[in-house]
Amino acid sequence: MEIRLAPEILFHAGVLPVTNTLLTSWAAMALLLLLAALTRVSQRTVPGAIQNIVEIITESVFAFMNEILGDQNWAKKLFPFITTFFLFILLTNWIGILPGVGSIGLREIHDGKEVFVPLFRSVHSDLTMTLAIAIISVALAQVVGFVAGGRAYLKRFLNFKSPIFFFVGILEIVSECAKILSFSFRLFGNIFAGEVLLVVIGSLLPFLAPLPFYGLELFVGFIQALVFTMLTLVFMKMALAEAEHYAHPHHDTSLVS
Amino acid sequence: MLKSFAIGLTIAVGAFFPSIAIGRIGAHALDAIGRNPEASNKIQTAMILAIAFAEAIAIYALVVALIIKFV
Repeated sequence: MEIRLAPEILFHAGVLPVTNTLLTSWAAMALLLLLAALTRVSQRTVPGAIQNIVEIITESVFAFMNEILGDQNWAKKLFPFITTFFLFILLTNWIGILPGVGSIGLREIHDGKEVFVPLFRSVHSDLTMTLAIAIISVALAQVVGFVAGGRAYLKRFLNFKSPIFFFVGILEIVSECAKILSFSFRLFGNIFAGEVLLVVIGSLLPFLAPLPFYGLELFVGFIQALVFTMLTLVFMKMALAEAEHYAHPHHDTSLVS
Repeated sequence: MLKSFAIGLTIAVGAFFPSIAIGRIGAHALDAIGRNPEASNKIQTAMILAIAFAEAIAIYALVVALIIKFV
């Protein structure tokens, strides 16, 4: 029973290494593009099966975003990002528990020892993958803030009005970095722990006993995708609120309304 | 052998307070839903968010345990 924290490198494309998690993420991307193409090609006024499912997903996500953001224009602009985050993380988490992922691979010789290198591996059981998606999510929230507030959004982080406000600005920068770390560790910990759990149960009692754990992994995969998406949405809303606060400040100098 | 103790204790102790926190969040959310069933959607959304934050702390402890074991 081999459990490795770091993903295994399959080959090198020029200078950059290609790991088995990267290969799995490419497979997930290909599936999503296939779904999009199929929906477009089979689009009719009276919808068929695929179009019905896609419409259900679109309507529920859009209604949810509308409720949290409160602004239909921003909900329309941010809809592609939020849905992509959700569908990509959901699909990769569920692909990771398919039979064949983690068990089909090559036997290679590393440093004189024979080592088993699986061809596919659950994408978010790799800390680099989760770190990448966390950085994209937090950076996107800052971009939303800059688009909404212009240069006044920078006053959230560099506030020279007084020493206390300057310190608050520094704390905001630290808080954004902490968000990146917490995003990546939450997703990594949940998915990697799920992989380890399935490997251990599979090696102890391969028949019937893994069933409830597969159910748990399905549930955890869905919840983690949902939580990541909801948190991204909430941070974008906070960026929008702060941009509004700094771009259009209102000075209430009267104590009597 | 001390390493095994460290690994086990890290995750065991690190899961004490997050589990209490998640239980309390759930309990207060259920109270709120019982008082005001119409707002149950909003309460549920906020509850899931808060549970995710609390669970993340337990995940940090798990990641430290994994690092000690595998690195």
